[in-house]
Amino acid sequence: MKDFIEGIVAPIDRDNIDTDQIIPTEYLKSIKKFGYEDYLFDGWRYKDQGRLGMKKGERKINHEFILNNSPYDESKVLLTRDNFGCGSSREHAVWALRDFGIEVVIASSFGDIFYNNCFKNGVLPLKLKKTEIEKLFSLSTDSPVSISVNIKDKVILFKDKLSIDFELDNNLAERIIYGLDEIDITLKDSELIKKFEEHRKENNPWIFE
Amino acid sequence: MGYTLYDKLWNEHLIRSYDDGDSLIYIDRHFLHEVTSPQAFEGLKKKSLKPWRINANIATPDHNVPTTRDNKFSIESIEDNISKLQVVELDKNCNDFGIKQFNINSNNQGIVHVIGPELGLTLPGMSIVCGDSHTSTHGAFGCLAMGIGTSEVEHVLATQSLKVRKLKNMRINFEGSIQEGVSSKDIILYLIRTIGTAGGTGYAVEFAGSYIRNISLEARMTICNMSIEAGAKVGLVSVDDKTIEYVKKHSNLEANLINDAIKKWKNLTTDKEAMFDKEIDIDVSKINPQVSWGTSPEMVIDFNEKIPSSSIFSAEKRKSLDLAKNYMGLSDNQELSDLDFDKVFIGSCTNSRIEDLREAAEVLKGQKVSENIQEAIVVPGSGMVKEQAEKEGIHKIFIDAGFQWRAPGCSMCLGMNPDQLSPYERCASTSNRNFEGRQGNLGRTHLMSPKMAALTAINGRIVKEI
Repeated sequence: MKDFIEGIVAPIDRDNIDTDQIIPTEYLKSIKKFGYEDYLFDGWRYKDQGRLGMKKGERKINHEFILNNSPYDESKVLLTRDNFGCGSSREHAVWALRDFGIEVVIASSFGDIFYNNCFKNGVLPLKLKKTEIEKLFSLSTDSPVSISVNIKDKVILFKDKLSIDFELDNNLAERIIYGLDEIDITLKDSELIKKFEEHRKENNPWIFE
Repeated sequence: MGYTLYDKLWNEHLIRSYDDGDSLIYIDRHFLHEVTSPQAFEGLKKKSLKPWRINANIATPDHNVPTTRDNKFSIESIEDNISKLQVVELDKNCNDFGIKQFNINSNNQGIVHVIGPELGLTLPGMSIVCGDSHTSTHGAFGCLAMGIGTSEVEHVLATQSLKVRKLKNMRINFEGSIQEGVSSKDIILYLIRTIGTAGGTGYAVEFAGSYIRNISLEARMTICNMSIEAGAKVGLVSVDDKTIEYVKKHSNLEANLINDAIKKWKNLTTDKEAMFDKEIDIDVSKINPQVSWGTSPEMVIDFNEKIPSSSIFSAEKRKSLDLAKNYMGLSDNQELSDLDFDKVFIGSCTNSRIEDLREAAEVLKGQKVSENIQEAIVVPGSGMVKEQAEKEGIHKIFIDAGFQWRAPGCSMCLGMNPDQLSPYERCASTSNRNFEGRQGNLGRTHLMSPKMAALTAINGRIVKEI
């Protein structure tokens, strides 16, 4: 059960961070679901060109990039601007965030497919108003801060100085809290799906050719 | 009250709604490729599950395949071992589960969004998913088509259904006639420039208006293909005679079956009284050829315009514009036509159909690729497109001009195979994304139509006049 997340905020002050930035195509060649931590934001994190299989220690680190510096290398919360995760459907983008240790991404909006993918992997994408995003940027830009995200009560807290309520559908919150297997849940409706399928086949036989 | 096309498709596929606002929809067709499927198959195996309905699934390798191959090429000859493993895995998974695959040597192999329609596997009214965001392409046939993640690929394999939330309805009315030299690529780039890359987020976008009715299915596919670049994972066009004509030509269905189908397909249109949550009118007659200058598909200008000066934008916007200019090696008010290009790529699921190749070939006839261009490649979207082009002699026009005539695949659109840009190389590309590093580490992409790419190949630069 995961209903409370506390961690360092890493602010990346950019709009439209696309999935190619979160993880470049080279690393999509992996057939595994894990092991993407060293490739997150590869183009910004390193000064050389990487290959799948290369480890962080073998790369030229870009020390100007926030996630390469302590304590941000242990951040659990990523703070960005508009339209985070736009672009491709690659779930590898979420896997890379998750494997790095990011558990919450805060943005004013998200790419639709990326947003869905997050909930399948225990990463919480939080949509906040632009004014609230601005507040979090001013709080976290100059020196590292740790905030807490209470998923049950739907509130972000920083000591007693800041409290931001957020909206999140209960079913989405539950997916993060309990990490439910959606296939198992859907298969409980097997009979319903079968019936629907038979009906569809009767009325649209060409689809089943 | 009437229904939108999206509403109709939604109702037609709705298995059940949940109390929490989600719904379960039935999936008619599932396309698979080598990049986003291996983890899904692994998950299926771990749970000892089988695909729910085997023949709903069609697979083909497209992202990793080398385009320099010939008919006798074997998977074993893929030089990059990691790429090879992915293609081998797809082969293995399709064999293990009995899924139909058009493999690397098949004449029907190609980019999944190109082969679906041309093999008659994409039919009006279908719900179609694929682990690829450009699945929106199939919406051109009045399909409910969208890209999904790998967990969802596994879910669809296992349950033939998808858990989703209904989108809002948006309609874009493209009215008027286009100017000479303008194509569907320019129209969609102009739309993205206008509404932004998040403009369609949360919407199913229907493309309508006299312009849409007048263009071919190929051109409609180019527009639906890039609806995701406007943030909309679903792009749609209502069915009309052109749709039915195309499907009749490409389908293997028996005559009586197709006649029954046509009766249903004719209803796949938005009702006159239907209401949209958002509606935008665009006069296409004023649109010029469009070229992207930056690192987001909304950073687009007319071909004869200057790089926008950041100073006229808000501080927030200015930052991303400056980052893009820095990455692209550009300065304020620079003329687009001053830039020297290194490579030209004609291909991708956006612009690799026969119509696109014809459009480029028309410009290239009797012309030569500029000496300044180091490499110009044309990658047909499928074996069938390649064959058709060769029948028409189009390949000769490309080759005579100095283009390399390649084998089908996604190629330099995203450079998972060896077709890539080197750092700082500038490319005229008919693909769909100009993100940083998209075509190769530190590569610089300018998105444009096949015609503009061909003109850039000849001149080594973006032309000032058309």
